[in-house]
Amino acid sequence: MVGVKSVPSPAISADDRSHEVDHPSSEVAHFGADQPLRLDCGVDLTPFQIAYKTYGELNADRSNAVLICHALTGDQHVANVHPVTGKPGWWETLVGPGRPLDPARYFIICSNVIGGCMGSTGPASINPATGKVWGLDFPVITIPDMVRAQAMLIDRLGIDTLFAVVGGSMGGMQVLQWTAAYPARVYSALAIACATRHSAQNIAFHELGRQAVMADPDWHNGAYADQGIHPHRGLAVARMAAHITYLSDAALHRKFGRRMQDRELPTFSFDADFQVESYLRYQGSSFVERFDANSYLYLTRAMDYFDIAADHGGVLAKAFAGIQTRFCVVSFTSDWLFPTSESRALVHALNASSARVSFAEIETDRGHDAFLLDVPEFFDISRAFLQSAGKARGLTSKND
Amino acid sequence: MSVQEVLPLNGLVSEQSGPFRADHLLVAEMVKPGSKVLDVGCGEGDLLQLLETRGIDGRGIELSREGVNRCVAKGLAVVQGDADTDLVNYPDDAFDYVILSQTLQATRQPKVVLENLLRIGRRAIVSFPNFGFWRMRLQLLIGGHMPRTENLPASWYDTANIHFCTIKDFVELCDEIHVKMERAEALDLYGRPLRLRLPWWVWNLFGEQGVFLLSRGQGK
Repeated sequence: MVGVKSVPSPAISADDRSHEVDHPSSEVAHFGADQPLRLDCGVDLTPFQIAYKTYGELNADRSNAVLICHALTGDQHVANVHPVTGKPGWWETLVGPGRPLDPARYFIICSNVIGGCMGSTGPASINPATGKVWGLDFPVITIPDMVRAQAMLIDRLGIDTLFAVVGGSMGGMQVLQWTAAYPARVYSALAIACATRHSAQNIAFHELGRQAVMADPDWHNGAYADQGIHPHRGLAVARMAAHITYLSDAALHRKFGRRMQDRELPTFSFDADFQVESYLRYQGSSFVERFDANSYLYLTRAMDYFDIAADHGGVLAKAFAGIQTRFCVVSFTSDWLFPTSESRALVHALNASSARVSFAEIETDRGHDAFLLDVPEFFDISRAFLQSAGKARGLTSKND
Repeated sequence: MSVQEVLPLNGLVSEQSGPFRADHLLVAEMVKPGSKVLDVGCGEGDLLQLLETRGIDGRGIELSREGVNRCVAKGLAVVQGDADTDLVNYPDDAFDYVILSQTLQATRQPKVVLENLLRIGRRAIVSFPNFGFWRMRLQLLIGGHMPRTENLPASWYDTANIHFCTIKDFVELCDEIHVKMERAEALDLYGRPLRLRLPWWVWNLFGEQGVFLLSRGQGK
């Protein structure tokens, strides 16, 4: 992982990535002119498609469906080998046989968000009106738009109530939006490392990333697809900056310290002398293999606009008034992107709504990324929360 | 504040039959089945689990992260929070009962906490160690040092208990803030109720802890 000397060109061709945009290696739900997606910006998006994966089987009374909402740079490939990178699914720590979300017990759904670039309609998709890639002509989307599209998919799958909606970071925002918009359709909600609104600091980091993309001469005001190129350098810098915010000072120190990369002495140049530099360059270069630059702009924007309280007269508790959903909120001590104080504000609002809520803060030095990593205490809590909700819901499986 | 931190009762559990502590059983007995309960300072969730077996919808607040995480890992609806600062976030009449078990003496503002309990809950159940217990008195009178018992082993300089009171003090506080005492029990050193109907001064001398079922009184 840390053996890369500088930002290499992507090992995977742009063709692999762009193929997935319109023809994903997963199931796809198409929504025609009769079913437009009504966006917050006032545009009716039509036609559009949602790419999704499912694991496990829906039970006879359709009560065991779990929706997983992915984070900013995630996708629907939650527990299978990724079709572009060939890497394991991004949440195989939580989802899989013997895991807290076991396909033997639950019917697990994960869809690529609207605005994404792994098969759901987004800025990298072909605009049917022009026959060209949408680019910046794609309407700006929001977290509520993503959730609205997911609800249409859930309708299409014939599911009325989701047993659980689960997600971390931007996925956690979608979980909260689900409970605020469709409280009766969410039996339990597991919201991890998230917030009910994006903080000023987080908006600032996103703006930094977007400006890095836009400063790349290959970006061409978002019309790079017409030129057959991709602003790799700008997007890689955006990813590098963002990646720092996903870690912590302690984790970086533990992982890399001031250690040198394949050398004993400084080279007195701007090579990646330090392991941490090499690591970041690798993170940047591997990211651009699988992610579209414009999609990154749109999805970061969606997070920036997110503020549940603002949609409810500025009072967060009103968003959850009378809600019957069982909540579990989880934060991590070293997460400075979505710090515990954000989760606590959410919990206070849920308490004020008399919602049934569990809230655990987990001690780790691994920062925001902890929700994707092997953190046993987090798994124990997730498992117990889902089991206890399952018991209340009357869910049984062949494992019981 | 977990019960274990404030009052290590582990030694007592062995003297009880069954998996539940005697003082928990007494508290549970005070709660009507089917009601909605908030346990403030729920520790590792033993009382909540007992209440759940009786069909009671229980929620908890716990200060220690370890306690909370163990509760959540048991499937209980518990949040990390502080009785002194977080009760204000709960709306009026949110619960049928709010329980404060062996935690009052560890709060910064017991009076405010007590008022909040009876704002959030229609009833409150409060238990606390009685500093009027004869062995406490004897240690101060004869030994000349701050009392320490099996249940309160911490030294004065490292105890989390900052607002000790006697049963008599507590009764006076209830009068002062117009709280109605619906039921009062004094427990002996083993957590067993003193069954005899005795005058207050006897309870104050022989009760190792007091357990009170409270409701809002007149003028409130």
